[in-house]
Amino acid sequence: MPNAIFVLPDGERKNVQVAVGTHLMRAAVDHGIHEIVGDCGGSAACATCHVYVEEQWLHRLPAPSDTEDQLLEGTASPRQANSRLSCQLKMTDALDGIVVEVAPEQW
Amino acid sequence: MASDAQLLIIGNGCAGTELAFSVRAGGWSGPITLIGDEPHEPYHRPPLSKAYLMGAVQQDALSLRGTAAYATAQITSLARHRAVAIHRGRAQVELEDGRHLAYDHLVLALGGRPRPLPFMVQLSGQAPRNLHYLRTHDDALAIRDSLRPNHCLVIIGAGYIGLEVAAAAIKSGMQVVVLEAGPRVLGRVVAAPVAAFYEALHRSAGVDIRTSVQVQSFESAEDGSITAVVCADGTRLRTDLVVAGIGLLPNAELAAQAGLDVDDGILVDAQLCTNDPAIMAIGDCARWFSPLYQRSVRVESVPNALEQARKVAALLCAKVPRIDAAPWFWSDQYDISLKTVGLSQGYDRLVIRGEPHAKDFSAFYLLGRRILAVDTVNRALEFNLCKPVIAQALEVDIEALADDSVPLKSIFATHAPAALALTPHSGS
Repeated sequence: MPNAIFVLPDGERKNVQVAVGTHLMRAAVDHGIHEIVGDCGGSAACATCHVYVEEQWLHRLPAPSDTEDQLLEGTASPRQANSRLSCQLKMTDALDGIVVEVAPEQW
Repeated sequence: MASDAQLLIIGNGCAGTELAFSVRAGGWSGPITLIGDEPHEPYHRPPLSKAYLMGAVQQDALSLRGTAAYATAQITSLARHRAVAIHRGRAQVELEDGRHLAYDHLVLALGGRPRPLPFMVQLSGQAPRNLHYLRTHDDALAIRDSLRPNHCLVIIGAGYIGLEVAAAAIKSGMQVVVLEAGPRVLGRVVAAPVAAFYEALHRSAGVDIRTSVQVQSFESAEDGSITAVVCADGTRLRTDLVVAGIGLLPNAELAAQAGLDVDDGILVDAQLCTNDPAIMAIGDCARWFSPLYQRSVRVESVPNALEQARKVAALLCAKVPRIDAAPWFWSDQYDISLKTVGLSQGYDRLVIRGEPHAKDFSAFYLLGRRILAVDTVNRALEFNLCKPVIAQALEVDIEALADDSVPLKSIFATHAPAALALTPHSGS
């Protein structure tokens, strides 16, 4: 099973196994990573699963939808060029080892 | 907080569950027990009337947390347990199985239940097997299993639940009729132009929407299942399935029986505390005085439930909670994402910004120059911009609002600079 590495705001790195097809928000919540909130359960409604994707992985991700793009404009932590909503990032084999930094403020 | 104080939470919906995890993350060191009466571990309700009903979301994606997360956070989660009494004198909650659980702090996150059809309340006996309400996972499963191409579905009530079910059912190939007692859909929550937009949306998808229709009774087969819906004007609609969505009743009885103050919800103060200092209430079941709107409110929405859960978590951990956000809500129907923030009651002017025909607009509910609330349709950006403006009751240039060529950001920047400087700032 591919891995995702969540870098928490305090610097701790959490390595989580994520089934192909599972969204990173879901995996984080299931593994008790409380720093990722996911209020809306992955409906792209709330922007509380904000992550900064490590540069080298960014281009392997599908571009954000219009809704995700708009929601990223209102995140509690500032949007950066590598900002994404982890509820919209689906694990694939090609993403094995992806590193995402969890935004410090989610709501 | 180094303490053995016991926190007992009744209700394991999103409010109770969020509280359990937030309070632990906030430093609560005593035992945390989370009780719920459904036969499922805590789950997300919003998808039940949307993606889950269409089969686009599977059951495992509904859970609020992974099973392991409860053990990690040392939260005792008791599903299938119903609380039957609160014994305030000895600070215990009695469960249906006879057990008594002690508490130092008790939080009621009891939610609500669907308002029953008035004409069914007087009838005794079993509910018809093809009549459903939608609140729980089991309700959604029963409806989902009944969605079959070319079968007939009558939905009673054109609120959010009714319309979301209509959208899901029509996609399943059902023939769908929505009956609304009021003169328009979403009558309790949106203004006429927004209601007209949703009526047109559903009609274009093939939903038969009928307003100002009073449902009077059902015709039933020998096995008790409904065969037709009968209206006051004599209309008779043959059907295979009925879903009723006519509002929510707050689960306040447990509190009332324990002598807590109740009035269409459990009454709490600004700190979400009941008239017993050891007992708080949050989410759909709680009614409080809103400083923002200067009136008593009870808000039925997930974000409100989560907001209150985090506030209580902060208070229990002796931390300063963040300033209250404005209540918000979302609804997905077809390709339309509605996000609404604020409470519109009492508005004196409506401004539409953008183009309803293009499925791209916002409706602002104004009182003088203040935005009380906004419904944004496929405009998440404007939703985000409005949140702080509404939460701080700022005044804006309402003439500029209607001009879609002027970016909302610049309108707010000119007339309400404090709004954009103050993004929500608090840890989770």
